[in-house]
Amino acid sequence: MNVGLFIPCYIDQFYPNVGIATLQLLEKLGCNVSFPLNQTCCGQPMANSGFASLSKSCDKNFVSNFRGFDYIVGPSGSCVLHLKEHLHVEQHSGEAEHIRKHVYELTEFLVDVLKVEKLNASFPYKVGLHNSCHGQRGLHLSSMSERNLPAFSKPQQLLSMVKGLELKMPSRPDECCGFGGTFCVFEEAVSVKMGKDRIADHANNDIQYITGGDTSCLMHLEGILKRNGSKVKTIHIAEILNSNA
Amino acid sequence: MSARETILKNITANKPELVELPSIDLNAVIQYSDLVQQYKTVLQSIGGGTVELQNLASLKQELESRVAKGDFVVNRIAALGEVSDSLASLTADELAAVDTAYLQGAVAVAENGAIWLYESQMGNRLLPFICQHLVIVIERKNIVPTMHHAYKQIESAKEGFGVFLAGPSKTADIEQSLVIGAHGARSLIVYIIG
Amino acid sequence: MSHNSTLKHAEAAAQFINDEPRTNWHDETLWFVRQKRDKAAHGLPEWEQLREWASQVKNHTLSNLDNYLKEFESKAQDNGVIVHWAADAEEHNRIIYDIIAHHKIKKIVKSKSMLTEECGLNEFLHTKGIETVDTDLGERIVQFRNEPPSHIVLPAIHLKKQDVSDTFHEHLNTEKGNNDPQYLTEAARQHLREKFIESELAITGVNFAIAETGGFVVCTNEGNADMGAHAAKIHIACMGFEKMIPRAEHLSVFLRLLARSATGQPITTYSSHFHKPRQGQEMHIVIVDNGRSRQLGRADFRNSLKCIRCAACFNTCPVYRRSGGHSYHTAVAGPIGSILNPNIDMRANADLPFASTLCGSCSNVCPVKIDIHDQLWKWRQVLVAEGYVDTTKKVGLKGMAFLLARPGLYRFAGKAGRAVMRLFPWIVNNKLNPWYKQREMPAPPKQSFRDWYLQNKKQ
Repeated sequence: MNVGLFIPCYIDQFYPNVGIATLQLLEKLGCNVSFPLNQTCCGQPMANSGFASLSKSCDKNFVSNFRGFDYIVGPSGSCVLHLKEHLHVEQHSGEAEHIRKHVYELTEFLVDVLKVEKLNASFPYKVGLHNSCHGQRGLHLSSMSERNLPAFSKPQQLLSMVKGLELKMPSRPDECCGFGGTFCVFEEAVSVKMGKDRIADHANNDIQYITGGDTSCLMHLEGILKRNGSKVKTIHIAEILNSNA
Repeated sequence: MSARETILKNITANKPELVELPSIDLNAVIQYSDLVQQYKTVLQSIGGGTVELQNLASLKQELESRVAKGDFVVNRIAALGEVSDSLASLTADELAAVDTAYLQGAVAVAENGAIWLYESQMGNRLLPFICQHLVIVIERKNIVPTMHHAYKQIESAKEGFGVFLAGPSKTADIEQSLVIGAHGARSLIVYIIG
Repeated sequence: MSHNSTLKHAEAAAQFINDEPRTNWHDETLWFVRQKRDKAAHGLPEWEQLREWASQVKNHTLSNLDNYLKEFESKAQDNGVIVHWAADAEEHNRIIYDIIAHHKIKKIVKSKSMLTEECGLNEFLHTKGIETVDTDLGERIVQFRNEPPSHIVLPAIHLKKQDVSDTFHEHLNTEKGNNDPQYLTEAARQHLREKFIESELAITGVNFAIAETGGFVVCTNEGNADMGAHAAKIHIACMGFEKMIPRAEHLSVFLRLLARSATGQPITTYSSHFHKPRQGQEMHIVIVDNGRSRQLGRADFRNSLKCIRCAACFNTCPVYRRSGGHSYHTAVAGPIGSILNPNIDMRANADLPFASTLCGSCSNVCPVKIDIHDQLWKWRQVLVAEGYVDTTKKVGLKGMAFLLARPGLYRFAGKAGRAVMRLFPWIVNNKLNPWYKQREMPAPPKQSFRDWYLQNKKQ
């Protein structure tokens, strides 16, 4: 199957290793992956700030880059959710619709489309999982504590296939980290406080890494961890699933 | 145009297209294997007490001995003895002195501990709220599983006032510390008869 | 109305967080309430079905609201109740004032009604020289302190017991330094029972109004609404017109959801059904619009009118828990307030839809399934389109959009400015750089993913 690799702008610019791990993982699992070279951004930062009207050019650019793939896969729940909910291009409505229906966040693609049952991965560390909100509540990557429905978790299912990994969940398993796009700067005080509280909850489990499916959340948590001189590191789930330590 | 006309006109202009009412399917609702046990457990969890009795004999004795002692008790249950039926004329000030009120409940709800009281069962609307302590008697057969069942059993608009009452008055407005006895009754004991 | 009223949410929140131990306490206390709600919700296998029923009943009611209001009015009048209609807050306040003035009333008790907070009733009556006594314990505490409530169910949740103790020492002459909640509640009981007994007029809110019977239901745990209404000669019940439900049987759905969602209780202690005034009593209902019919006309936002004021969205909101209710500078705070208040005053409340990470927890705890976080997103679009957003924000995001629409320029900017994150202008355009204040920047990598890909993969 032909997979278009969607690497969100901030991953492209700041966390290339997440893109590399995603690409290598998909190829290991037998996908024919291409990375359209003129991609930039899904438009979410503008739209979530109230400027959806400004993201029209991003939409156009996205469709011209990603038309024609069987699936589009990206290592970011929130960017994928934005595309699913808001990608519209008037002149190319059919192509935009195809993309909305076939764009997947990495872990849901692995579980739901590739139906991965085992991984040749090893990561012998204590790891805390951060459930990013848009992936969890928007894309239903896992059940949520608010609802009275059967429990499941696609990221946990995949992490359980990793040799040596000891998974620890925080006491509040699905509280927001406070990144929230431009919220992180326009509501700086609340944003940082939320991040500090998430970290403290994970730290109670004596973990070495915090992982998750959204680099944006991890970038925010990493910024706080580093400022406070913590030994805890952040790592994207793609890097764990692709690891062979 | 009056406010009434303006408001109604604006609502008519702005309301969405008519959508259907859902039908409430009682088969989709929780079932309890033991209604009495469920009722007792819930009521205790919200600060009330329960006593199961075959008949009213011992409660009648208790009431008589309290009357004899000179406690200001009000009885609204014929089976327990003389009924206080001139309550309507009592002022709030007078009712505030009532130590214990004995009331008959109509229906009790297993899922939440609530009891439906008609105004006629209270004698005075203020009584169940202003008395210091409350005793309610309920027939075992009148315990229903949920609020859906309860509303089928009662006629909530039959009298001028009625209440679902669940436990003693309480508050947690100071640091979320639960305190029983906010403004209303400081205790509730429910006697389950039969 | 709030002492923070001139501050926008972000600034007021930053002040709140300055006291970190108190912020932690506030967060943990409300999280505990959320956990009690979870326990109650998860105790009913039909929970999700109940939410669906509640949502459908409310959707239906909104779609037939004019007819239900007329039916309600006529039944209530048949029951001997006097029905008033108020187009806005001012009219609501004037109607109540006229009743008070007509009967020359001096002693008034009031139980919790967020509508009267929304309308500023207490302040209005105060200007007329009339004092009302708030009788909900939490509301009495904040009234003594001359503060607005910070939460619609737990009005004094921003206060610690020593604050209450100090307040009661000053106003009720309790022992200085006695912080025992039992002792303080008992003092309030004695004080307020006196007020109930001497009151001439009681004002209450309305939780549900029943079209079929013309009755209304008021829910409390303390019993204060009943103590007031049954003791006073006159009872005025104030309701926003969205409190309507079709039939008494629908109360079962809402009463099962309300307290479980609010505090985790299976039901409030008292769910009082008022239909007729008692012998010799006068009973009034004031039906209020105050912007609601306008909200009904906004297709994207009308279902906010389904709200039953349980505050589950407050308790679950990670932003609310860490910023306190006063930072929302409105009568109804929290996520639901942030989608209701822009309808009342867009300019004054333009900051509120941005006081959220859009995490979506609110929509999923909501017992009537209001899509709160989606509406927050939609309000942002409306507020930007109507010009209520700062120009600096606008300039930054426009620049960003310009860049991201042009792949060549995007890559150039990335290369030139990765180290300072020039690509993300909202981060560095501000002189003080709010990202860096408490967070490190990501370390700039040697090459972007695209560069790596071209070097390693591209055939």
